[in-house]
Amino acid sequence: MTTPKTIRSAGAFEYGMWLFTRISGLGLLIFGAISMGVGFAMGGRLYLDMPAMFRWTFFPNPNHVINSNIPSIDPGWSNAFWQIYSMLMIFMATVHGVNGLRMVLEDYIESPLLIAFLRGLTLLMLIGGIIVAIYVVLAS
Amino acid sequence: MTVSRRVSLWSGVRYKGKQGMLNWALHRITGLGILLFVGIHVVVSFFGQQFGNDLAFAINGIYESWQFQIFVYFCVLFHAFNGSRVALMDIFPGLIRYQKELIWLQWLIFIPAYGLPVFVMVRNALAGL
Repeated sequence: MTTPKTIRSAGAFEYGMWLFTRISGLGLLIFGAISMGVGFAMGGRLYLDMPAMFRWTFFPNPNHVINSNIPSIDPGWSNAFWQIYSMLMIFMATVHGVNGLRMVLEDYIESPLLIAFLRGLTLLMLIGGIIVAIYVVLAS
Repeated sequence: MTVSRRVSLWSGVRYKGKQGMLNWALHRITGLGILLFVGIHVVVSFFGQQFGNDLAFAINGIYESWQFQIFVYFCVLFHAFNGSRVALMDIFPGLIRYQKELIWLQWLIFIPAYGLPVFVMVRNALAGL
């Protein structure tokens, strides 16, 4: 008779990141749907070509639509609402993406020391990425 | 006790995981691709915005070209569709039995959702619009 295998819990951190990946993934889909819908409501069908609409959907930054036929980005396309919205997207996307990179790395690396080092490196990437991205949003 | 994951590339490729394995591999590749693209794009936009760097504008010019957008659109849309399917199966574990059917359904929705915009993009690019 074989002894039944016990599966050890991966821990609160892994469970939290697992849950965050699902929630942020679905959240990014909802955010994309909203920015696309509002973009169409603001006349995107008339002013934007399709690539510009995609860029706006993925990330509602005025630089993403400035090269299209929009008469002016001032009223609806560039304001504090989209800046806060962008920052929420940045937070969800960077944590989702960098955590994904960490998961892939830890799948192929066995040395605990190297894993600890790479975790520190990905954490630095995460913080640096968030700071630079928020700076770009606030300056554009 | 951890399971050794040190498997050669060849035996990894020969593992007959069918649809599930293909989607798993594509999910990883597209996810890392998006991370690479978005990371470079954010840093490059910072240098273009703050210092007017020529290299930064050149790289963002590549990103705006229609050829590159076809590629990025595949990565983002596939990752979104596959991620939704995985999240759906996590919320309703009963669906895991029907994974193969769900993957077929996923491709059935993905192909028009990806193909139609790409068709429009290529047609507009070739017509010089």
